[in-house]
Amino acid sequence: MSSPLSSSASPTAAVGRGAPRSHGYWRRNQRRFAPLIFVGPGALMFLIYVVIPIFRSMSISLYHWDGMGAMKWAGLGNYAELWSDPAFVVSLKNNVLWLVLYMLAVPAGLFIAIFLNQTVRGIRIYKSLFFFPFVISQVVVGLIFTWFYAPDFGLLFKLTKMLTGHGVAILADENYATYGIIFAGLWPQIAYCMILYLTGLNNVAPDQVEAARLDGAKGWRMLWYVILPQLRPATFIAVVVTVIGALRSFDLVSIMTQGGPYGATRVLSYYMFEQALSEYGYRMGYGAAIAVVLFAIMMIFISGFIWKMYRDETER
Amino acid sequence: MVQLKRSVLGALAISTITSLAAHAGTLVINTDTSDPAPKKAFQTLINDFEKANPDIKVTWNVFDHEGYKTAIRNFLSADAPDLVNWYAGNRMAPFVKAGQFLDVSDVWKQNGLDKTLASAMPSMTIDGKQWGIPYTYYQWGIYYNKDVYKKYGVSVPKTWDEFLAGCAKFKAAGVDCTTTGTKALWPSAGWFDYLDLRTNGYQFHMDLTAGKVKWTDPRVKKVFDNWAQLIKPGYVTKNAAALDWQDAAPLLVQGKAATYLMGNFAVATFKQGGMKESSLGFFPFPTIDPKVARAEEAPTDTMHIPAKAKNVAEAKKFLAFLASAPEQTKINDILGQLPVNNQSTVGNDPFLQEGFKMLSSAHGLAQFFDRDAPAQMAKVGMEGFQEFMAHPERVDAILKRLEAARERIYH
Repeated sequence: MSSPLSSSASPTAAVGRGAPRSHGYWRRNQRRFAPLIFVGPGALMFLIYVVIPIFRSMSISLYHWDGMGAMKWAGLGNYAELWSDPAFVVSLKNNVLWLVLYMLAVPAGLFIAIFLNQTVRGIRIYKSLFFFPFVISQVVVGLIFTWFYAPDFGLLFKLTKMLTGHGVAILADENYATYGIIFAGLWPQIAYCMILYLTGLNNVAPDQVEAARLDGAKGWRMLWYVILPQLRPATFIAVVVTVIGALRSFDLVSIMTQGGPYGATRVLSYYMFEQALSEYGYRMGYGAAIAVVLFAIMMIFISGFIWKMYRDETER
Repeated sequence: MVQLKRSVLGALAISTITSLAAHAGTLVINTDTSDPAPKKAFQTLINDFEKANPDIKVTWNVFDHEGYKTAIRNFLSADAPDLVNWYAGNRMAPFVKAGQFLDVSDVWKQNGLDKTLASAMPSMTIDGKQWGIPYTYYQWGIYYNKDVYKKYGVSVPKTWDEFLAGCAKFKAAGVDCTTTGTKALWPSAGWFDYLDLRTNGYQFHMDLTAGKVKWTDPRVKKVFDNWAQLIKPGYVTKNAAALDWQDAAPLLVQGKAATYLMGNFAVATFKQGGMKESSLGFFPFPTIDPKVARAEEAPTDTMHIPAKAKNVAEAKKFLAFLASAPEQTKINDILGQLPVNNQSTVGNDPFLQEGFKMLSSAHGLAQFFDRDAPAQMAKVGMEGFQEFMAHPERVDAILKRLEAARERIYH
């Protein structure tokens, strides 16, 4: 709307009229901009620290690069090498092992939660004791279990020696070492799942339980048909955190075995670190290729989770 | 993510350094000397240097020992200090080849270092040029518990056969003949290096670590055969793969093990455990083949000027100062290690004296497997050694794997 009148208006009037107009523009679009302003800083950080590095990693994985000198184009050479690299195959296998065995944390957490979900004197103390391993750092968990397994002075070593006559040093044996580390990892993970289920159990509708009881349900049938369906949100979160926890297992491997004995306990994240960043690793391109493979595996799960969440939201 | 971290670190470093560059005659030094003795040695060195050169102001950044190994790559290319410490041999090759270290041959020539630092010159030379200044080294050898030797009536061995005979006695008494902890891989390489140096000699060992010899060569196989004589009868502490080298030290201290093949830095650990000079002894690695000239392991620590250093003239002055005989005497006294300069004097410590005698009469000095071999080969090789120590029967598979790695890594 440009009328000849407004253009002939005095400058002061134009300013006087301009100010409320811009104010009005903000007011009209406030609802549209506010979310953007709130999301903005976080999104920017996410872009700088997550999204851009992902694409950088992908591009680095196509080069031979020692991290210092000139980058040399490798095409898919790094990926081709991965498939014939026995260390990579071992790492991949161990990652699968982690994924499968780590899932034990979900039912184990559930049963501890059900066990603790009662009103006895001092139950809060028991609950916090069970939750304790999740509170302490993974580094400490790793150290505790390293000593527990240690040859000569370790508790487990002494126990097996007493029972069978010769001690088992879990972390020195290529066949047991990975299981030993996963077991150590399960300790805090079970506590995490337990706390998720404990909060879930608080929200179980008592009237439904009452009704089921009147209909004669009890024990396993009660758990399976009445309680568990109500715990679905808790189960979902427990599975998500456990899958992610299994895939990013790095700290325990690094502390307990450093990938040893002779590379038997390496997982993808640790192998990537070794190749690209550790004392003897000068292969940024190869490390990046491992990271991309790990990312692809994670994406399978993460997209599954996101798809499920999206479906749940839209159904509502 | 690495990229990003680097640029952020770089930006931080640039802002700190530009604020310092205003001074005339500044010198920025990055070192990983975070342990008490090395830290004190460097503090002394820097104080002395500042006293001798009052116009130069030194800024010194100390890094955590492990973190330094990765940090150095970032600060060398993003924003370089004027001096860094590192290691000799192939360990410095990636930086030299990437053009990150400055050629300091002129410092060597002007100060006659080819004579005073002669023993370390080969390990500082790549492509006929010198890339840094060595300032300290230490011997490797077998540390033993004198009380245990006395108790079982074993005399200090001169030859491999005598050593093995002693092992048999210890085994019968339920004592580990020798102990080690190979969790960090490198302690296993000490064994391989010495067995190779004693079986095939210095030149062969250098050729092998330089990738010129096949790992499937019968001469390499011979080394592992000799090694198996120690491992198969169970003379080495079991489950060493789950132990750090410090975890195995108590075994020697408590007399549960008789010997420990280690570098001289381990003496401090043994003494902390309660051993005295009356109970802790040292002997050179026994002779296997008398026809092979005796060579020893003597890892050397060095300082270098990054190619992107801003105060090169001052840095070269510092290197010349570091190379001088009185200064090397002084800092090695604090470090408890050996000076490289042959005009320096060695501290009174009996282990140092013994080590000095042993090294100065040696036919050749190796740096250690992970400094003589390129990083990738070192990693694969040491993993193989660790596996061999647990499963000596897999020797052929291990050697085949190392040979495949050699073909891939050196080309």
